[in-house]
Amino acid sequence: MAVKEKEEKQPAVPIGAWAPAVALGWLIPGGGHFLLKRTGRGVLLLIAVTSMFVCGLMMRGYMFQPQTGDLLTTLINVGGFVGDVAGGILYLLTVWLGYNQPDVAGHVHDYGTKFLVVAGLLNILAMVDAFEIAAGRKE
Amino acid sequence: MPKMNLSHFEAAFLFSLFTSVVMGIVTKNNDRDRLHYGIYTFACFMIALFGLGWLMYFGHG
Repeated sequence: MAVKEKEEKQPAVPIGAWAPAVALGWLIPGGGHFLLKRTGRGVLLLIAVTSMFVCGLMMRGYMFQPQTGDLLTTLINVGGFVGDVAGGILYLLTVWLGYNQPDVAGHVHDYGTKFLVVAGLLNILAMVDAFEIAAGRKE
Repeated sequence: MPKMNLSHFEAAFLFSLFTSVVMGIVTKNNDRDRLHYGIYTFACFMIALFGLGWLMYFGHG
């Protein structure tokens, strides 16, 4: 018989402790780390995410719109839209300044689209990291 | 905005580089481990890139 180990419940962290870092981390890639005085890591995150996003724009990547339809269409478009929006200020500036491109065929454009989405997804990882630092679960 | 025309390899290289930097930073707890993990992730990307490239080359006939 397997011995059941009791999982240690981590205490709930008050929202005020982590929300500003996560929100700033969404708006400015690496911003949460800046707020938490992890400047070096913040700079690297800012450079990596911003470079990826700008490369995606320069490759004329497509920005997803949240369309629904069959399961695959919904998954791709809504998932892609969430990835794009996770880019924070980069996404907002792109849309406001009209740099978002129509969807066109070609391998460079396809790479650009993936770069834009993955830049947002990497920013989500950075936000999770900022949350863990703010919650005291990580150095 | 200037247009960037990259080959498959150049695009995959940049993708690997940026992703490895972020993965290294968010995954580990000290700078030494972060650097090691970033390099490890980048090496894995490169091995997969060259491996799949040759696989497609030979698979194509």
